[in-house]
Amino acid sequence: MALTPPILDIEHLKSHPALARLTESIPADVQAAKFDRDELTIWVAKGSIREACAILRDDRDCPFNYLADLTCVDWYPSEPRFEVVYHLLSIPKKERVRLKARVDGSSASVESVTSVWPSANFYEREVFDLFGVRFTGHPNLKRIMMPDDWEGHPLRKDYPVEGYR
Amino acid sequence: MTTPASLAEPVQDNTLVLNMGPQHPSTHGVLRLVLEIDGETVVRLRPEIGYLHTGIEKTCEAKFYQQVVPLTDRIDYLCPLTNNLTYCLAVEKLLGLEIPPKAQWMRVLMNELTRINSHLVWLGTHAMDIGAMTVFLYCFREREDILRFFEMVSGQRMMTSYFRIGGLALEPPIGFFEKVKKFADRFPGNVDEYEGLLTGNPIFQMRTKGVAKLSAEDAIALGACGPTLRASGVDIDLRRDAPYTGYENFKFKVPVSDGCDVWSRYVCRVQELRESIGIVQQALAGMPEGPVKADAPKVVLPDREKMKTQMEALIYHFKIITEGFSVPAGEVYQAVESPRGEMGYYIVSDGTAKPYRVHMRGPSFANLQALSKMCEGYLIADVVAAIGSIDVVLGDIDR
Repeated sequence: MALTPPILDIEHLKSHPALARLTESIPADVQAAKFDRDELTIWVAKGSIREACAILRDDRDCPFNYLADLTCVDWYPSEPRFEVVYHLLSIPKKERVRLKARVDGSSASVESVTSVWPSANFYEREVFDLFGVRFTGHPNLKRIMMPDDWEGHPLRKDYPVEGYR
Repeated sequence: MTTPASLAEPVQDNTLVLNMGPQHPSTHGVLRLVLEIDGETVVRLRPEIGYLHTGIEKTCEAKFYQQVVPLTDRIDYLCPLTNNLTYCLAVEKLLGLEIPPKAQWMRVLMNELTRINSHLVWLGTHAMDIGAMTVFLYCFREREDILRFFEMVSGQRMMTSYFRIGGLALEPPIGFFEKVKKFADRFPGNVDEYEGLLTGNPIFQMRTKGVAKLSAEDAIALGACGPTLRASGVDIDLRRDAPYTGYENFKFKVPVSDGCDVWSRYVCRVQELRESIGIVQQALAGMPEGPVKADAPKVVLPDREKMKTQMEALIYHFKIITEGFSVPAGEVYQAVESPRGEMGYYIVSDGTAKPYRVHMRGPSFANLQALSKMCEGYLIADVVAAIGSIDVVLGDIDR
């Protein structure tokens, strides 16, 4: 199963406040954008995901001040294998945007956004626990759901539903 | 499970580490809190979760889309219909499916009854944690009525699976609306009863006012949602701000309080009980006629009678049961205002009959992160009040 190809219509979607702000501040790191089923998705380079989150949080016109959700999708066996997904909400403007960072399977790690939103703490621990993606700069990156001595990361696609035999 | 060394070691010399839960009556399930205390004052609080982890997200990936509905009941077991609703809305968004008006209004009606049901359990147990036993009995009396309504429509009291992709499982039975109407007329009086026991009660006030404060900035930064966020003065309610399943047709107020304490959360939720019953009344008064399932034979199971008389219906039934229905590739995030806050389902489809990834954003999981901030600096007895005030459901946290 191949990774869904993102639609590269950044020019077309520039009117959206989140995308406009990101293309203005970090144009080189905005990889792609897609507007599908009333939801905007922006692919951001893995190295600048924390910066992108901070820019959107501090945007004066439309501050995306609330991290609604943080999760991950495993596209095994394609590479880059993981997509870390950030759902942001702007409480004053009631806008939503989805950020995505692609992470390689071999050295699965991405910068933590706990310094932007402390609420990312549990979500990142959950992604680390169930997918094995490491978050650099996380204050307490430990397993959260599974026991501490558990082997493997259950939500990876190469982890069987009924356990190893 | 062994206790990791880092949990057992206090950070300061004069403090003691106390383990609360996972089998503590006030933790509403299997929540374990590691408290670091100085005398009776909480210096640090760390929630330890995962005791109820069942891997529902992994299980979903191995099921057909329609088979996931009963699994969603088991996540937040106090509001199963809200889970059903969120999941169905997300899949319907992926499919681009139109839902008939009667199904939408029934969804609003049942969803608000679920909210009342969930708030009643919260009110009863929260008051009991603080020492007011009577309220619990009163709340469960009304909850019983609501569970009977669930049983009437779906045959189940708790794990209803009443909302299906494309509409409802069944037409509501004859006499259902009259019974709900009778309940809705009586219920505001019941809320007065609960308030008569608690709102003016000086002991309850002393235990809740000014306790477990959480400022609006902290609440947003820590990801609190629902009544916990609204009691910190943030005016947000997804039913009003991002209406779904026809909520834009209903008039209701969103209770907001800026007290930021346990008392404000109590006031917000009790007001919500009154607003919810108002929505139930509106839904009963304006209930449209018509079908309760979308006209999409490839997705919605046919009626039993059609199956016995029409060839195509039988074929569709066979195909849906044996090989499911394929959903166009894409991804959606559907958020719904559950009794505890923003419940979100993130579904990724790869175009097959099974979801590629289902992620549930549980409101209790988000609210739990704010608990440490709320409790630090307060007494151990206040921790009990604080847990009650954020209304945690462990099924929702651990999934």
